[in-house]
Parts: sequence; structure tokens; C-alpha cells
Amino acid sequence: MNWLAGIGAVTIGKLSSFGRATLMLFGAIIAKPQFIKNVPLTIKQIYAVGVQSLLIIVVSGLFIGMVMALQGYTILVGYGAEGSLGPMVALSLLRELGPVVTALLFAGRAGSALTAEIGLMKATEQLSSLEMMAVDPLRRIIAPRFWAGMISMPMLALIFSAVGILGGHVVGVDWLGVDSGSYWSIMQSTVDWDKDVVNGIIKSAVFAFVIVWIATYKGYDSIPTSEGISKATTETVVYSSLAVLGLDFVLTALMFGIE
Amino acid sequence: MENLIEIDNLSFSRSGRLIYDDISLRIQKGKTTAIMGPSGIGKTTMLRLMGGQLTPDSGDIRFKGESIPQMRRKRLFEVRRQMSMLFQSGAMFTDMTVYDNIAFPLREHTSLSEDLIKTVVQLKLQAVGLRGAAHLMPAELSGGMARRAALARAIALDPELIMYDEPFAGQDPISMGVLVKLIKALNDALKLTSVVVTHDVTEVLTIADYIYILAEKKVIGSGTPEEIKNSDSPLVQQFLQGLADGPVPFHYPAGDIKQALLGSNS
Amino acid sequence: MNSRKAEILVGGFVVLAFAAGLMLALKVVNQNMAGQAETYTLNAKFDNIGGLKVRSAVKVGGVTVGRVDSITLSPKDFTPVVSMSISKEYDKFPETSSVSILTSGLLGEQYVGFQPGFEIEGIENLSDGDFIEDTKSALVLEDLIGQFLFSKGQ
Repeated sequence: MNWLAGIGAVTIGKLSSFGRATLMLFGAIIAKPQFIKNVPLTIKQIYAVGVQSLLIIVVSGLFIGMVMALQGYTILVGYGAEGSLGPMVALSLLRELGPVVTALLFAGRAGSALTAEIGLMKATEQLSSLEMMAVDPLRRIIAPRFWAGMISMPMLALIFSAVGILGGHVVGVDWLGVDSGSYWSIMQSTVDWDKDVVNGIIKSAVFAFVIVWIATYKGYDSIPTSEGISKATTETVVYSSLAVLGLDFVLTALMFGIE
Repeated sequence: MENLIEIDNLSFSRSGRLIYDDISLRIQKGKTTAIMGPSGIGKTTMLRLMGGQLTPDSGDIRFKGESIPQMRRKRLFEVRRQMSMLFQSGAMFTDMTVYDNIAFPLREHTSLSEDLIKTVVQLKLQAVGLRGAAHLMPAELSGGMARRAALARAIALDPELIMYDEPFAGQDPISMGVLVKLIKALNDALKLTSVVVTHDVTEVLTIADYIYILAEKKVIGSGTPEEIKNSDSPLVQQFLQGLADGPVPFHYPAGDIKQALLGSNS
Repeated sequence: MNSRKAEILVGGFVVLAFAAGLMLALKVVNQNMAGQAETYTLNAKFDNIGGLKVRSAVKVGGVTVGRVDSITLSPKDFTPVVSMSISKEYDKFPETSSVSILTSGLLGEQYVGFQPGFEIEGIENLSDGDFIEDTKSALVLEDLIGQFLFSKGQ
């Protein structure tokens, strides 16, 4: 009977944790949002999660685009189809790699930082202190971080894809000698704004929602000790990476699965 | 004498462990009340209960006659503007300067102009002797300075009640003296009601008007400093004199050591 | 001064994201047909459409003039009906025009090759909803191989 009770306890624990996370999100962004008051705070957070992630996003985007072009070229050249390098690089970046890799990097770079920051605020009684000053920490601390993540991530994904396509151009055209005209023109005739670019943006917005939710909740709910915060930070990265990859499959199936 | 806070028959437990069992306290208006007791009996918890951050299992806490546990969130936030709390760590917001920290409650809760806020902040900082440190970040302050800055923030909105959580813990004798003087001065000058939670006996005896000693989930002694000093309760005396063993045992409850070391067969 | 710096950098970040979006919109995405130009619809019946897909290009002499809108099976004679939306810019195709399904390169994707007919007195131009009579089906590789083997065998 012990194992049965174990399953029950784990389920109840997960459910109540999910319930608390939902309540936190509700309290932070739905119940009485304070957009105007929060704008300067949100800008500050966009700086922290968005601008500070820019370097890693640009560098990874560049390299991934370059690798895609290199790998793609060696395969496509075998069929004499190296002209299709452009659409291959663009489509894989816009549909998959842009949103997904950005999300994974974002989870590692910004998500963990969010969790640690909020966890430390809790440990140093800053959250309690806000509450005692009659300031709701959900609205003051969680909400701006949430919106900042939601705004930054799709922008980062766009930048990632654009840089990647340029990186692909550098390797494919400048280095391997694919015709620049066909790189762009075949790309243009294949890539569709609504289907590819917009769907990619939707994907990264969904990922942003999940990552920021997990990150803020894990910080807010962390045990305020050094061990608790380190555990919460790890969990943020692991859970949000898994959630991103799982959701990516679901979203891809919904968006591109059925023609 | 009017009571600002009345606590009746309060019981509270956390993760299955009973912390308070049927406690009643009175905090008189305009006085400094100290709540003392050995470490680990949840003195901070008492402050959080008063501030409405925790809800008791049973019993009532009334602030100016109004029950805190039964308040709606909105009303609770209104009431909290009349109280403030000095946390043990100071709880300064680490991403703002000292100046912005102290201006924070003013900016949140008032619509004063920046000029007025500047005046108020400078006055409060002057009161704690840190006007020159306004531009520093909290991380650049020493422990004692951080606590004084936090005190300036706590009095920024001129509350009626200040709760001090272990204000003297981990302070060198000089900062301790400064803090004692500050708490006393604030109480006298601003006619504040103070609740001091601490285990520093000598300091408290000099500033408190009334003292409660908590141990073993109960109030084990209460009275003015004189009455407490002359108390004949062995528990109270053990606490005041800092004896290692007594009614509060030196050992955490455990089995017989002989049995534990030699095994049960011996 | 600290928040000013953050604001400037965030502003730069937003501008960069817009630049990326703009680059994608202008250089990467096909903008010729994406709803901005007005179009009219032409239909054509084929015996076999091969690998033609919705959104495949319609080209005149290599210039894309439209896209395949939908591919349906006619309920009467069970032949595929391809409807194409053609840019209003090119609305002077005579009724004698023909369409065929072609392949770009050996393994490339298939597209509709549009061959404008001769303009003769009395022949009207194609307009919205018209069927193009003269169609050539897709070349199916298997059929070709079959024919080749057959002719060898003779």
C-alpha cells in the first residue's frame, strides 16, 4: 500500500503546486493589472532579460546559421540542389531553431536568473518587506518580469532567425559559392510570412509564457535557503527546457502537421 | 491604557508542529513592548501573525479593535500602511540606492512631488544619521548601517506601529547602542508603538515598558522590567541570567545516552 | 541615470528586433502574392497533377504571376481541378492560353507553367472564374519509364 500512497502524495503535491502557480499568475497579471505604473519597471526588466540575453542569442544564431549552411550544403550539393540552401536554412530557423533554441538559451540565461533573483529576494525578506509595506509583491515583482519575458522572447527569436539567415549567407554564398541571387530568391519563393514567420513568433510567445511562468513561480515558491534556491534554479532550467521541447512538438503538429 | 493590538487565545502550528498554544498578549498604545524568548520558538512568527502574513489556527488578533485574520486583502493592505516592520536582515531592496529605498513607500503610497519626497527622505535619513549615505547601494552598507537605513524606511510613512525583528542580533556594541538609542528616541519623539522581538536581555530591559517572555509555546512571564527582574519563575530567571541548563534543558529531547552508545542489550 | 541607460538599451533592443522583422519581411518572405496585391481566380482541369501542391507558383516564362489556391477533385468526372489566384496586374491573358504542370529542375518542386495564347480578333481575355481549356498534365516519372521500356521492347 505504501507505493500507492506514494503515488497519491506525489500527485497531490504536483497538483497543489500547479494550483499555487496558477494563483500566483492570476494574482500577478490578471487580477487588477497596473500597466501604466508598471511600464518603467517592465522596461527595466526587459533590459535584464532581453538586452542582457542579446549577445548569447546573436552569437548562437550566427553559429547555428553557419552550421546549417555547411551541413545543408554538403547534403544538397549531392543532388545538385545547393540553390535550395536558402529556404532550407530560413525555414529551419524560422519554424524550429529560432523559437526553440532561443527558448532553451533564454531558459538557461534569463529563466535561471529570474528564479535566483526572486528566490534571493524571498530569502532576504524583501518580498515580506514589500507585503508589510502594503505593496503586492506579485504585482510589483512578478508582473513586470512576466511581461518583460513575454515581450523579449519573440523579439529575441526574430533576431536569432535573422542573424542565422545572415550567417547561412556568409557560409553558403561567401564561402561555399552558392549564388547569392538564388539564395535569396528561392528563399523568398518558399518562405511564407503567415505560415512560417508568424507561426514562429506564436511559438516563441508560447515558450516565453511557459518559461517565465516556471521561472517566476519556482523563485516565488522556493525554500529561502541557499540549497532551496539552487534547487529551484536547476528545476527552472530543467522543467522549462523539457516543457519547451514537449510543447514544440504539440505546436508543430498543430501548425504544420495537417495541411 | 488603550491597547493597539490585542491577541486572544492564539494557537498556531506550522508543518504539523505546534508553535503557539493558546497565547494572549496586549500591546499598549504608545509603549514599547518586548517579546523575548529563546531562539527557535517562533518570535518572528508572532510578528508575521500581527502583520497578517500568517493566519492563526484559532484565536484572534485585533488591531485597533479590528480582527486581522478576518480582514479582506484590500483592508489588510490599508491597515498595513499604519504599521511597519524592521526585518532582521533589513530587507533593503538591493537593486536601488538607499535614497530610493526610503523613497519607495512614499512613491508607492503617496502622490507627493519629488521635491517633497526628497525633503522627507533627507529628514528620515538625518534621524538615523545616514544622510551622507543616501547615494550608496545597500550592499555597500555595514550590517548596522543597513539596519538603520531600513529603520529610516520603516518610519518613512510615519506609521503608528513599528515591529522590530531581532534589531540587535549580530551587532557590535556600538551599533547596538545606536539602535537602542534610536528606538527609544523614535518612540518618544513620534509617539510610536513599538514591538521588539529579541533575546538580548540587557538592551531590552533599558527600552521596554512591558515585557512578555515566551517559551514552550506559552507566555511564561510578563510584566514591567522591574517585575520581570524580580520574577520568581525559574524559567524566567534561567532566561535572564543565561544559564545553560535549567527548566529549558540543554539537551534536545533524546533517549538515554547509555542506551544509544552501548546498545539496548546492555 | 541608471534607468536612462536601461531605457536607451531597451530602445536599441526594440529597434534591432524591428530590423530583424523587417529583414525577414523584405528579404526572406515572398511578398509578391501575400494578400497585398489584388487577385482574380482562374481554374484548370488536369488529368494528373503529379506533385502540385496548394501554394505552388504559377509562372509565365519564369515570372511568378500567381499561386495555386486550391486543388479539388471534380465530382462529375473525377479529374483534379486546380484553381489559381493570379495577380490583377496580369489580367490580359487571352482565352487561348494554356497551362501545364512543370518541374523546376530534376528534383525540384512542381509549378504551373502558364503559356499565354495568341491574341486574335474575337478571342476574349480570361476573367475571374474562367476555366482554361488547354491543359497539359504533369509528367509522372513512372509513366515515362514505362513508356521508355515499352518502346524499347518494340
